[in-house]
Formats: sequence, C-alpha cells, structure tokens
Amino acid sequence: MTAVVDLTTAPRAATRRKLGRSRVVAWLVLIVSALFFLIPIVASVEFSLRGVHDTHDLSTWENLFGQPGFLDNLITSLELAAGTVVITLVLMVPTTAWVHLRLPRMRRLIEAICVLPLVIPAVVLANGVLVAFRGGPSWITGSPVILALEYVVLALPFTYRTLDAGLSSIPLTTLVEAGRNLGASWLTVLMRVVVPNLRTSILNASILSAAMVLGEFTIANLLLLNTLPVWTVQAGQQDGEVATAASMLILIVTWALLLLMSVFGQRGARRTGRSS
Amino acid sequence: MKFRNRQRLDVLGLLPFLAYVVVFLGVPTVSVVVGAFQDDTGGWTLSNIGAAAGDPYLHAFVVSTEISALTAVIGALVGLAIAFAVSASPPGGVLRQVVSTASGVLAYFAGVPLAFAFIAAIGSQGLVTRWLGALGLDISGFSLFGFAGITVVYLYFQIPLMVLVIFPALEGLRPQWQEAASNLGASRWQYWRLVGGPLLLPPFLGALMLLFANSFAAYATAAALTNGIIPLVPIQIAAVMSGNVAVGQENLGNALGLGMILIVGLALAGYAWMQRRTSRWLR
Repeated sequence: MTAVVDLTTAPRAATRRKLGRSRVVAWLVLIVSALFFLIPIVASVEFSLRGVHDTHDLSTWENLFGQPGFLDNLITSLELAAGTVVITLVLMVPTTAWVHLRLPRMRRLIEAICVLPLVIPAVVLANGVLVAFRGGPSWITGSPVILALEYVVLALPFTYRTLDAGLSSIPLTTLVEAGRNLGASWLTVLMRVVVPNLRTSILNASILSAAMVLGEFTIANLLLLNTLPVWTVQAGQQDGEVATAASMLILIVTWALLLLMSVFGQRGARRTGRSS
Repeated sequence: MKFRNRQRLDVLGLLPFLAYVVVFLGVPTVSVVVGAFQDDTGGWTLSNIGAAAGDPYLHAFVVSTEISALTAVIGALVGLAIAFAVSASPPGGVLRQVVSTASGVLAYFAGVPLAFAFIAAIGSQGLVTRWLGALGLDISGFSLFGFAGITVVYLYFQIPLMVLVIFPALEGLRPQWQEAASNLGASRWQYWRLVGGPLLLPPFLGALMLLFANSFAAYATAAALTNGIIPLVPIQIAAVMSGNVAVGQENLGNALGLGMILIVGLALAGYAWMQRRTSRWLR
C-alpha cells in the first residue's frame, strides 16, 4: 500500500515544489538578463542628454545636425543603403526565381555560395578589396560605390535566405506558366507576377540589407571611406556625447526598420495562416 | 539529350549572379590567399606565414581565441538558460514574443553603437560608474578597453544569437517524449541525461562554434571601443593595412587573413555539420 501512495502522491508534490522553484529561477534569469540588456541602452540615452554641470537637456541632439560632416555622412550612409538594396534586388530576385523555376537541383549550390560571405570576415574582405582592386578605376574603388558593391556581398546570406523562403511558399511554377501561357514576356511575368507575390520577402530582404549598411563600420573604415558610423567613431575621440547621440540615431533607425519587418512578418503569417 | 541542352542553357541565367560573386567576393578572397604566399615582388615565399605564426601575431591569435572561446561558452550557457526560462512559459504568450523580437533586434546591436552604449554605461563617466561611485563603489579599475571589458561587451551580441539559434531546438523537444519517459518511470534528471541532453548536445555544440566564429570575426566593436589597442587578429590586420608594419611585410596582412578564414571556416563547418545532425529530428 505504501508503495502505491509513494508512486501517486508523493512524487507529484515533489515535482510541484521543484517546478515552483524552477519558475523562480527562470524569472531570476530573465530579470537579470533584461537588466544587462537594458542598462547600456538607458545609459546611452542618459549620456546623450547630458548638459553642462550635471544637468540634462536636448542640446546634444539639437546640435547634432549642425556638427561638421554629420549631415554629409548621414546622406552618404542613406544613399549607400538605397544603392545596396537596389543592386541586391536587381541581382537576387531574378536569380532566386530562376533557380526555383528552372534549376531546382542547384538550390543547394546557390545557397552554399550565398553563405560564403560568413566565412570571410569583413576585415579580410576589406583587405582583399584593397589588394585586388588597387589599380581599379577610382570612381569605383576610391568612392562609396565600392562599398555598395561589397555590402551586397555581405548581405547575401540574409537576402538569399529571405527570398528563398518567400519563393518556397508560393506556387511559383503555376503562376509563371499561367502568365507565360497568356502571352506575357519574361520581364512582364517577373515584374507583374513574381514581384507582387514576393512583396513581403522583398521588403524583408531590403530592410535587412539597409539595417546592415547603416551600421557597417569595418569595411568603410578600412577602405578610408566616410560613412555615418566612421564619422561617429571619429567624433567620439573629441566629444563622447555627440558620438553617443549619433550612435543612438543609427540604432533607432535600425531598430525601427527591424520592428517594421517583424510587424509585416506577423501580418503575412496571419494571412497565410488564415488561408490554409 | 534535348533536356540536357535546355538545362545547359538555363544555367546561363545564373551568369550575372555568378559573375558578381566571383568579382566582388571571389577575387578579393583569392588575392588574400595567394598574397599570403607571395613576397613584395611577387615571388613565392612562406615567410609571411612564418611571420604570422610568430610573435606578436601568434599572441593575437591566442588572445582572439581566448576571447572567442570565453564569450562563446558564457554566451551559450546564458542563452540556453534564457531559452529554457522562456520555453517554460505558455506558447503564444507575451514573454515569448518579447524575447524573440528582442533577440532578433539585439543580435543586430553590435559594432559602433554597442561600443558607445557601454562607454556610456561603464566608461569612466558612465551612468553605472557614477551610480556605483555614489554608493561608494569605485569600478574605475575595471577597464572597458581590456580583455574583461571586451568579453562583457561581446556577450551583448553573443547571448541573443544563442537564444535565436537554440530556441528552435528546445521547442523541438516534444512534450510527449518527456511524458513517455516519465510513464516508463524515469525521473526528470534521467530524462535530461538520457533523452533531452543527448538530443540537445549537437545543436548546443553547433551553436557554440557559431558563437566562436561570430566573435572571432568581429572587428567593429573592438576597434571602436579600444581604438585598436587590444591585440586581436582583426585589429592586427587593420594595423598592417594602414601601414604600421616593417618594410618587406606588405603581404603579412594576407597571411593573417588566411589564418582567420581557416579558423572561422572550420568553426562554421562544425556548426553546419551539427545543424545537419539536428535537422534529422527537428521539424
């Protein structure tokens, strides 16, 4: 009899006690980590709001746009983001669609190629660019153009995966055949059938590459080209408050972009969830 | 025959993509690899490799490996703990939503903004430094720009990456397996030792290698934080690139780069291998 009692009630009570304790541990872990992740962000905000003599005001933010070089480099970084997105989409949307449509057997190979940039650290890529394109035309290699061209490569692992996932979730072959049978040209099918059906993926790929470009420091710095992150580090050597405000700006724009993506992603998931 | 011809023509559609990758990834990479074995006049030599394998560069590889291993292990353990804590919460709850969104966003929080955020927090004039100073605790002895500082800062992007990578595996452990084990009389400890643990080991080891590679390749955070003082391999490559090197060692940067490619490539290959093992049971 006692053995039966032991098997039914006693272990269950023990488990419940243990679960209670593990829940406390779980919350402790989450709270400590939340503090670790929040404190530097809070400190950045506080630091960028510091005025003279331990006061807080908006002076650093008000003066930010007037800082020499800030606006120019902000514009350069925004242009770089736009350029990278355009090149990425023009190159990758037709390529991934073509692979899905005509060369499904090569998907693994293309994926492997697109993951390669992860193996080459940005520092090494910058070194390679410097070595390989030393004698190149200076309007490419001596200007931000080379940055946009290399950022496309850096973003490949993300952009490929995003577009590939999007293409896998639509009946691409059926759609394209329908379009072709109705007499549309390849270009028309691409622009008016494939692209509209890939909206969400294209938007996500664009946001991921733009977010990466806005914060990229390594290659720009090593190729001696000025962008907003490079300017921020240079500014930081004289004025910590200004640099912190500028880096907060980079962060806010990046996070706004990523949150936008997560909102769109949820909406897309809800839609496909409902239709299935 | 006809089919094969068509497929051959179809491959032509990949030409723009392949050409782009060859020019902007292949050519720079090959010039690093080839340059590692060349002297300043273009003749073949092993002296760059020899110089890269001796001090002070050997020391940089050691420090880089130490920081990467340390941040990978701590990041993996803390990330796993967070993933466990979240997986105990009800599915579809707010906590899951918050942690997964935060991890996705925080894994992006690296480089320049991260460096300045930590300077603002625990730098000499930082918020936390002042708070603790008001409490009578002086942490100005803790250098944000040394080994310990870099480790703490790197954890800020390592932990979210771990959560992102390990969470799917943790979610993939079906509750039925635990129920089956406990119906057969296994204790929780026995379940984790004999079922859950062995299943989670490959994705955990894989994530560990991913985190190692992630930290080893990182440059921007350390450069912005330390102004290039700490001897990490990427910092040394940058120093060689900007000309801080003896005459006759112009290709030293390439040799160091080759070393980085090998180490990062090896770690990522290990990650990919473990991922394949995991994908057998993870659906």
